[in-house]
Amino acid sequence: MLEIKGLEAAIGDKQILRGIDLVVPSGEVHAIMGPNGSGKSTLSYVLSGRPGYDVTGGTATFDDKDLLAMEPEARAALGVFLAFQYPVELPGVGNANFLRTALNAQRRARGEAEMPATDFLKFARAEMKRLSMPDDMLKRNVNVGFSGGEKKRNEVLQMALLKPRIAILDETDSGLDIDALKIVAEGVNTQRGPNFSALVITHYQRLLDYIVPDRVHVLSAGRIIRSGGPELAHELEANGYAGIVAEAA
Amino acid sequence: MPAVVETLDAVASVTEGGYKWGFSTDIEMDMAPKGLNEDIIRLISARKNEPEWLLAWRLKAYAAWLKMEEPDWAMVHHAPIDYQDLHYYAAPKKKPGPKSLDEVDPELLKMYEKLGIPLKERAILAGVEPEEGERLPIAIDAVFDSVSVATTFRDTLAKSGVIFCPISEAVLEHPELVQKYLGSVVPAGDNYFAALNSAVFTDGSFVFIPKGVRCPMELSTYFRINARNTGQFERTLIIVEDGGHVSYLEGCTAPQRDENQLHAAVVELVAMDDATIKYSTVQNWYPGDANGVGGIYNFVTKRGACRGARSKISWTQVETGSAITWKYPSCILQGDDSVGEFYSVAVTTNMQQADTGTKMIHIGKNTRSTIISKGISAGRSNNTYRGLVRVLPKADNARNFTQCDSLLIGDKCGAHTVPYIETRNASAKLEHEATTSKISDDQLFYCRSRGLSQEDAVGMIVNGFCREVLKELPMEFAVEAQKLLAVSLEGSVG
Ligand SMILES: Nc1ncnc2c1ncn2[C@@H]1O[C@H](COP(=O)(O)OP(=O)(O)OP(=O)(O)O)[C@@H](O)[C@H]1O
Ligand SMILES: [Mg+2]
Repeated sequence: MLEIKGLEAAIGDKQILRGIDLVVPSGEVHAIMGPNGSGKSTLSYVLSGRPGYDVTGGTATFDDKDLLAMEPEARAALGVFLAFQYPVELPGVGNANFLRTALNAQRRARGEAEMPATDFLKFARAEMKRLSMPDDMLKRNVNVGFSGGEKKRNEVLQMALLKPRIAILDETDSGLDIDALKIVAEGVNTQRGPNFSALVITHYQRLLDYIVPDRVHVLSAGRIIRSGGPELAHELEANGYAGIVAEAA
Repeated sequence: MPAVVETLDAVASVTEGGYKWGFSTDIEMDMAPKGLNEDIIRLISARKNEPEWLLAWRLKAYAAWLKMEEPDWAMVHHAPIDYQDLHYYAAPKKKPGPKSLDEVDPELLKMYEKLGIPLKERAILAGVEPEEGERLPIAIDAVFDSVSVATTFRDTLAKSGVIFCPISEAVLEHPELVQKYLGSVVPAGDNYFAALNSAVFTDGSFVFIPKGVRCPMELSTYFRINARNTGQFERTLIIVEDGGHVSYLEGCTAPQRDENQLHAAVVELVAMDDATIKYSTVQNWYPGDANGVGGIYNFVTKRGACRGARSKISWTQVETGSAITWKYPSCILQGDDSVGEFYSVAVTTNMQQADTGTKMIHIGKNTRSTIISKGISAGRSNNTYRGLVRVLPKADNARNFTQCDSLLIGDKCGAHTVPYIETRNASAKLEHEATTSKISDDQLFYCRSRGLSQEDAVGMIVNGFCREVLKELPMEFAVEAQKLLAVSLEGSVG
């Protein structure tokens, strides 16, 4: 279970998160929506431990472990996964090598046996098939020369292979064509179960037709100003944020 | 789980001081007194029972050296070297040049085992392919300070006509070959350090591949400096006759010592018609400590002559060690349609200085050369690529492609690119590309968010940066080199 209490964070002297309270119980999928610049990506970065943010108040725990005190790689080993809004290119680093190294680093950190190269390839190929990704994606360099949609799918592939306990998807639907959107949603839905939870950041109701959330939260100016069921997303789609933001002010 | 053990080893070695090859070995040594003069040269020559012509050649080189000045054009700085304060000969006291492995001092065998250098010949079963992950047999010449202590697989190689032995032995057993080719690519008076080497060289490897023979296994020389206050001056000579082929690899390490040690090697390659030489180096001499105390001065002259038509010489180097590296493996493209290649990764950390690159001299028609250089600088180090592409008047349709990429880690290090181009034939086509980049915080965080430690992330990104060069290494060594890169850079970020 992810528990965030009164979380505040700043970059330099710019306050971005201003007291976030959010609980995502194991097994649930929550959506986060909100205007551009409201702090959605910042929240995902703070939870996954990107350097450069000052946590100025509050706490964030996962299964009672203090996330904010852990290195990013320790959070990953604990089961926190972030699908980046803007995936990063790693020239010269083969995708298969990257993924296997990551998987085995996590396994080592958890005291589990490493997965041999041949097993990994079988496993990766099977997952790729499910995500309708061409095999050559494994041979290519991480995100180098990938189209926008391919990069997003590659993030979902990583999630499928690393099998996190909580996945934070930061606008993974942006830039996807409709078929890719369904595939990505399918990727998340197959992970759903009592030991998996997700925080899905999106601007579009459309994704939530395929990944039906348990709860929807609206983030504005660094605070959650409204929470509700899936119907809240429909309301936002119809009316925009103006009303809710004015109401909260 | 070997990978875990390996990681633990790597970590332990780093906490012990960063260089895991830094131990020294207690061996009774036969040392020449300190100093350099004609008598010392006579002593070296006598120790090796050399013929008169070679002693004369050495003395001539020494006379030339005395008149030369140490070069100062490289972007490196060091206190003056006292050439009289060195031992020019150091050999384990047991019988020099044992004929079989059983005669090698067990202490030495232990040391090579510790370095992971297999000196035991494993039986090769006729017709049985090695299983996946199993090492292919590699013939190794092990040079310890001034002498070769063992050369493996010599009999197997001899069956195909390949000669692979210490050069000191080649001088005695194949004098006609040595006399014909020694100094034919790097003349004794070529430069300050080459002249010094010609005067005092002690051992090194000799390779001869006869007409039409593809050398049946990788050849490798492993250099180890052990003794204190000694210089290592090895000399390697590789000759490949028409249509022959050889892949050769050298590796080097040294104990961790407070004083600087001088290593001034000369390597000469000769490729005749349709011959191919692939020469790979993994240079990991002791680099000195974080404050720049100690470490090897690596002043090396390496040059290959593509004498024959359609011949090819390919240099691949991974340079992670040494306090100072001064080396420019070069190709003289004399034969028509000959090909020269230079693939280089040079890593400098802490206070290391590297000034390295290549020279491609296009003499014959349709000669082609490729230069790929990857420089990685961290700490307060300085890394310079210096390269020359020269096209002579008769070299019609010469082609060169040069790519120099620099990667900076941190903001206290330096990267410099100094390309020289001289063209005296209008049909030449030369391309040059250069980039400088940094490991970005985004790349590091992306890797870490997937579970990689900071150090593994750096290793991964750096290996990616060097991929074009690493893929030129023989398979087995590529893996070693990748690990070496990662270990060399440990602690340099964050
Ligand atoms: N490195 C930075 N330096 C200064 N301000 C920053 C930095 N990174 C983000 N911000 C600011 O923090 C605020 C929140 O940014 P964030 O990326 O979290 O928004 P978001 O909700 O993800 O927006 P979008 O929907 O456009 O992705 C913005 O005003 C942004 O300009
Ligand atoms: Mg965002």
